[in-house]
Amino acid sequence: MGLEPSGEVYLPDSVSTAVKVLVLGPFAVGKSTFVGTLSEIPPLHTEETMTRTGAVADDPHGITEKTTTTVALDFGRRTLSDRVVLYMFGTPGQRRFLSLWEDLAHGSLGALVLADVARIEESFDVMSVLEDRGLPYAVAINDFSSVEMPPREELREAFDLLPGVPLVSCDARDRQSTAQAMISLVEYLLTPSPGQSQESA
Amino acid sequence: MSPPRRRDREALVRPYLITGGRAHPSGRALDLTALVRTERDTGYVELGPEHGRVLRLCSGGALSIAEIAAHLELPASVTRVIVSDLVDQGRLSTLSTEWDRHGPDRELLQEVLDGLRTLR
Repeated sequence: MGLEPSGEVYLPDSVSTAVKVLVLGPFAVGKSTFVGTLSEIPPLHTEETMTRTGAVADDPHGITEKTTTTVALDFGRRTLSDRVVLYMFGTPGQRRFLSLWEDLAHGSLGALVLADVARIEESFDVMSVLEDRGLPYAVAINDFSSVEMPPREELREAFDLLPGVPLVSCDARDRQSTAQAMISLVEYLLTPSPGQSQESA
Repeated sequence: MSPPRRRDREALVRPYLITGGRAHPSGRALDLTALVRTERDTGYVELGPEHGRVLRLCSGGALSIAEIAAHLELPASVTRVIVSDLVDQGRLSTLSTEWDRHGPDRELLQEVLDGLRTLR
């Protein structure tokens, strides 16, 4: 019968509004840890089906092939007030998962891009897709404290961040730290016209 | 990301059998974060065992579609269809997220922010 959860598995009766934030980033950057740390329930796992349409290589007739892929989603939840609950979805950050994000991004407040300072370039894909899509994001460097952190301005340049996009470091295992990363995203969303200060220099 | 969990025998039923061959719910597409609540539990489910499992789970309180999928180890797409069926029958209701159509307003964002600040 599968597990029948009880107790605090359920939302408080007063909760009526769910908000959603995506936690994106390259493989093994700590997305699941981040979600689990901030979640009030043990992190859950589900699978979402993703349809990909692509031209079949070397096909002279240009026939497109439709394939479905199953992508694993880790998610967690945090009740933030009597009325509002936050859901956090951690999902892989490669461009090939684009159509999955398209679905997930719908109705999302924004995204937190979790990055590893030792492999910054692996975050570029996800950042450019988010920018194309117009979904606001903040970058949080998961600091394992083993790497010397370059100066902030150097980092902003390395990430090629648009002005205003928050860049924070966090420890995905620490609740206060993950909460602070999420706060920086929401503060950014509350700044006037987020994402509209993007005119090129 | 954690690897896909090994399914129990029950979950090995082909999704299309559970949903009667439909890939998408009949009505509007339900978001993974749509909150679902039991409206009327008559105890008798003519739709199928998976529908019954969803109803039983939801009788305990409100959950999102993503949580229902995870707890019952059903694919999210299948869970959407089942919930949609049960909403059509008046067994379940989904709580409206009005901001969904217009984007979140400042009041909602501020509430989110205030909630997060209590976690610091």
